[in-house]
Amino acid sequence: MPLAATERDGAGRPARGEVLVQVQDVSFGYGRIRVLEDVSLSVRAGEFVALVGPNGSGKSTLLKVLLGSLAPAAGTVRVLGEHPERVQRARIGYVPQRPNLDSEVPATVEEIVLAGRLSRRGWWRPMRRSDREFVRHALESVGLAQLAQTPLNELSGGQQQRAFIARAFASEPDLLVLDEPIAGVDAESQLRFRGSIVHLIEEHGAGVLLVSHELSAVVSDLDRVVVLKGRVLFDGRPDELAAAGVSLGVHPEDLPLWLEGLR
Amino acid sequence: MPWPLPYPFELAFMQRALVAGVVVGIFAPMIGTFVVQKRMSLIGDGIGHIAFAGVGAGVILAASPNDPGMLPVWGALVFAVVGSLGIEWLRARRAASGDLALALFFYSGIAGGVVLAKLGGGLNASLFVYLFGQPLTVDQGEIAVIVGLGATIVIAMLALRRALFAVVTDEEWSRVAGLPVGALNTVLAISIAVSVVAAMRVVGILLIAAMMVLPVATGQLLARSFRGTMWWSVAIGVGSVVLGLALSRIWGLVPSGTIVLIASACFALVAVAKRGVALRLRTGGAEA
Repeated sequence: MPLAATERDGAGRPARGEVLVQVQDVSFGYGRIRVLEDVSLSVRAGEFVALVGPNGSGKSTLLKVLLGSLAPAAGTVRVLGEHPERVQRARIGYVPQRPNLDSEVPATVEEIVLAGRLSRRGWWRPMRRSDREFVRHALESVGLAQLAQTPLNELSGGQQQRAFIARAFASEPDLLVLDEPIAGVDAESQLRFRGSIVHLIEEHGAGVLLVSHELSAVVSDLDRVVVLKGRVLFDGRPDELAAAGVSLGVHPEDLPLWLEGLR
Repeated sequence: MPWPLPYPFELAFMQRALVAGVVVGIFAPMIGTFVVQKRMSLIGDGIGHIAFAGVGAGVILAASPNDPGMLPVWGALVFAVVGSLGIEWLRARRAASGDLALALFFYSGIAGGVVLAKLGGGLNASLFVYLFGQPLTVDQGEIAVIVGLGATIVIAMLALRRALFAVVTDEEWSRVAGLPVGALNTVLAISIAVSVVAAMRVVGILLIAAMMVLPVATGQLLARSFRGTMWWSVAIGVGSVVLGLALSRIWGLVPSGTIVLIASACFALVAVAKRGVALRLRTGGAEA
């Protein structure tokens, strides 16, 4: 949609191929336990990258390093050309793994997604009509426009997850980071999810880093798959992984099984 | 000269109680909506106990313990602000879980209050005013304090409502999104402390948390949005104060307790009515 392209507050869209995430030889440990060892990873604008690995492989730790909540013991991290703590936050869209939104007080889908505008326009500023337009557009792109006024806790798990994706979209991110967003989500939501990610990449030139075990819904759109287990074991196109005998699409259970075998 | 209001609000002292009570009925549920969403419903109670230690400190500092003037209120304000920041500090650093952090301050506060007040020689009936509230004896100066503090809280909550909503709903996401999570939590903590002290004379330290939480408990049954919950809660808060004061005058009941009982009766009524509607819908559906 032209809205996002025309009304950006000053900063232009990243050029296609511009490096959005640059992780170089990063190591990290909790106490004496090494979690990440010489990990390097990049995500470029317009690129759709999946990060996979067995449980305890350091995926979540790597995301925390990327998002600036953990400082690496060694190596360098640049996000959108900046140190993770100094990057302009609105440029990163984040979809957490299990948002703890078993809300005490009812909150509508629109209220949740409006929060996504706070970082873009300044949290102290009142919302304008244009902000509501962005929210409407974000909700449309995940297929929830009809449910804008519905309390979030009346939605299915898949619909809730799409609301959180819309919240990330609402800040017009250049980089979208998703932590296990489609775990246990229904088929329709997986389809919608794929459609909205592809839309963000194609229309807005954003880069996407997806942490997930379930890649079957998006396998045909992925540019790269990165397999992590403390170190990077594989970084390449999905068909190269398929050539190694690991199927991402036809037999979706193959990937989890293979990841288990990596332990 | 009292305003020309009908019975039971025709007398000046009832009208002062009404003004003070309505202000509390507005700001306490408003801040309570964020507190409940943050799952810290008992924080008002915890801060109330700490404020009691501040009352004790105020009595010590006063020249005459039996007529300490406004010193107990300022003492309560200082203790409540420091205490609420301490609870938030412990919670944010995960040094103690939210309710453990509360309990630590809760018990230290009430114990400190008793010890300090006894030291000051003021452990007498005048402390009951702070523990259980006494809206009928509120004077003009106290009304000015309550209205001033209340207006500050209402303005802060309305101005920051979207950012506060984001933080109390999803703190991890808010941090990644670059919201000043620490500062917003601090503003909320200070606002809770200020509202506890502002409401102290009306409902009392032991019942303050009730006015923050009970109207919200009812509001979230009636509303389908965060915004709707907040306005329903304020309406129920104000309604409970007006009805509670009226009934306490008519039947000679304790005003603060009556106000809170009305607020809990509202919850019971709405919960039962909602359950009845849900049951009727279900059986209606089964017949069809």
